[in-house]
Amino acid sequence: MKSFNMTRRVVMAAAAAALTLGTPAVAGGHQIVDSIHFLIPGGAGGGWDGTARGTGEALTAAGLVGSASYENMSGGGGGKAIGYLIENAESQHGTLMVNSTPIVIRSLTGVFPQNFRDLTLVAGTIGDYAAMVVGKDSPVNSMADLVAAYQADPRGTAIGGGSVPGGLDHLVAAIVMKAAGENPADVKYIPYDAGGEAMAALLSGEIAALSTGFSEAIALADAGEVKIIGITAPERVSSYADAPTMIEQGIDAEFVNWRGFFGAPDLPADKLAAYQAAFAKMYETEEWETVRAQNGWVNIYNNGDDFRSFLENQEQVIGDLMRELGFL
Amino acid sequence: MLEGLMIGLATAFSFTNILMVIGGCLIGTFIGMLPGLGPMSIIAIMIPVAISIGDPSAALILLAGVYYGAIFGGSTSSILINAPGVASTVASSFDGYPLARQGKAGKALTVAAISSFAGGTIGAILLMIFAPALSSVALLFGSPEYFALMVVGLSAIAAFAGTGQVAKALLMTFAGLMLATIGEGVLFNMPRFTFGIMDLQSGLGFITLAMAMFALPEALYLVLDPSRSKTEDGNNEIKDLRITRAEARQIAPVIGRQSIQGFLIGVLPGAGATIASFLGYAVERNIATKEEQEQFGKGSLKGLAAPESANNAACTGSFVPLLTLGIPGSGTTAILLGALIALNVQPGPRLMIDEPEIFWAVIISMYLGNLVLLILNLPLIPYIAKVLLVPRTFLIPFILFFTMMGAYIGQNNATELLLLVGLGVAATILRFADYPLAPLLIGFILGPMLENNFSRSMNLYDGIGFVVERPMTLGLLILAAFLIVLPSYRARRARIRAMGVADGD
Repeated sequence: MKSFNMTRRVVMAAAAAALTLGTPAVAGGHQIVDSIHFLIPGGAGGGWDGTARGTGEALTAAGLVGSASYENMSGGGGGKAIGYLIENAESQHGTLMVNSTPIVIRSLTGVFPQNFRDLTLVAGTIGDYAAMVVGKDSPVNSMADLVAAYQADPRGTAIGGGSVPGGLDHLVAAIVMKAAGENPADVKYIPYDAGGEAMAALLSGEIAALSTGFSEAIALADAGEVKIIGITAPERVSSYADAPTMIEQGIDAEFVNWRGFFGAPDLPADKLAAYQAAFAKMYETEEWETVRAQNGWVNIYNNGDDFRSFLENQEQVIGDLMRELGFL
Repeated sequence: MLEGLMIGLATAFSFTNILMVIGGCLIGTFIGMLPGLGPMSIIAIMIPVAISIGDPSAALILLAGVYYGAIFGGSTSSILINAPGVASTVASSFDGYPLARQGKAGKALTVAAISSFAGGTIGAILLMIFAPALSSVALLFGSPEYFALMVVGLSAIAAFAGTGQVAKALLMTFAGLMLATIGEGVLFNMPRFTFGIMDLQSGLGFITLAMAMFALPEALYLVLDPSRSKTEDGNNEIKDLRITRAEARQIAPVIGRQSIQGFLIGVLPGAGATIASFLGYAVERNIATKEEQEQFGKGSLKGLAAPESANNAACTGSFVPLLTLGIPGSGTTAILLGALIALNVQPGPRLMIDEPEIFWAVIISMYLGNLVLLILNLPLIPYIAKVLLVPRTFLIPFILFFTMMGAYIGQNNATELLLLVGLGVAATILRFADYPLAPLLIGFILGPMLENNFSRSMNLYDGIGFVVERPMTLGLLILAAFLIVLPSYRARRARIRAMGVADGD
């Protein structure tokens, strides 16, 4: 679903990771886990695929994990892989499934019957903030301008995004407009299914603003195509300090699209602790920093119970919003 | 344009991409030579390989190489054994085979290779001039125009379907559009037509469908129709590849005319290399002098040069609508379009702005590819032609293996195999009933774009008003209506006239 956010870099990182597959790990004395089998709920080349392969590559290259293998299991918007992990829980102690914010959204909308509580929460590892961008020649320069334009002509001021209505980019647009004091259900949201298509719409004035991931927005801003008028981070991010936050513009909106790893239900405690220790150590390694920087990811480490309360909070916020928008 | 050329040169001359050109041309030539396997089947089989490369430029260079390689290779079997490997080289057998029977197989192959080379190269030059001009209208296109463009693309199928095929082609187009609605649409987060089957939630895979339509039926056909499976004896000795100066002077104007005409026909959505080659042959026959006309069909060099340069130029020309408008002109370019979308590249007016390296690298690689093919086909042809001796029975497991592998590898999902076999059997039945399969695939690929742009326009303009508010949308829709009505009107008139003749009898 987030093909929009999948930049070429992710593909290349995935390809690079695929190439290193099978090379013997530089077994350092600090190896924590023998091997991890990554279960990827989508096809090769997607966002989940890049995350799993990039993480696996960093873990093995740093010697924290002996070897990593990968399995793509697409189907049911990710539901097939979740079902597989639950049904075969006892034989899947060596498996970690990658997932992200859509697991929350899709269990709310009932795309699949399970939710994150049916799995063992290992850790949220990376994230991406959301951003609002406008075309480089747009008269809109801040969130205040965008809200003013919206108030002047609500039907003619559409916001575009790369997800389905009720999906990630729509929810972010709704969160932001709601925090700005507007009724999110009235905001016209136009979905696009490819980055180029949404950019063309932005440049031709078909949409007034585009809701997208922050790393994608940085790439577009560096190419000189867009201005970033607001991001959903708590404070400015050093990788692109020119982008103002929503909060500093008086709009109390915060949102992070996380990606993380899940284990089979009833994963033994010692196994879980080992995985978590490997992830915690990973952040300090140079190998991880290379992969992270290549993909423009933000380190967000959420362990076990923190991860659970984070997800429960996100489920609450998204659930309320989707009810307000009429999707539930 | 100069800047683009530089980017293209830099990309096309990377080690990987040169390898892709050579590899693509080789595979295309070999398989194109085998009777029964057209460029569509070959490209369908090659797609999983291309997608696993990951780099869209390299993938498209490889697939394009396979495409024109197959058209090159197809002429070899047309000339040597009168069994065209691909439909677009049928016209080449009219004069090529008689030449081979007269012991001039070497000369015929040389003429074919030179005509193909010239056609392909002239086509590439025209593509370089044409495409940027068409692309400059990019920013005029909003969602309503894209919707109208998709309607034109779909209507063009009807316009160019053979006589009496209009209804069948439209029917298959609609079948494709219907198949495209299965699964979670981009605009709705609810699954449609999945019957609660989780494996259908993401819709039918393009790769699976393409191979089920074009690769699997070929294998089944070879089994069900054993007369096509017997090995040709290939007893035509290939010698003396030289042509004389007088002969060169004779075919040069033919090559020039047919390269341009072929290219223009290739640009038209719906027409392709096959139509271009037949038309090229017919035109050259009509404008030839009386004595030369006598020679056509008995081994005329002009009759061989015309379809050979036309089909290669048309093949290049069909890249114009693909790369500039994102609508496929033929089944083959539909498969290429699907492959690009699978690689996250959206071909269309913005391709040259967003991803100039893909656009230019493909064009530059075409020059390179034609050169590779010339080398492959001139000095090496006597050895390559030995491929024709391979028994067809070896071909069947080869096709089955690659289709099965290809469908499974991308998704690691065994359901794809069931879908592949089910759809493949259905496609074979449709082929026996003489239904064209390319419109189905074109409908399947354009369907989501048609639907998405339509609902976006409805949303943006709060209703159907965009049709009259946007003049370009209206113009394109009128053109589409014209494209659908015209062939049925012509068919009707032909029927009435035919009846008149019957009356007079």
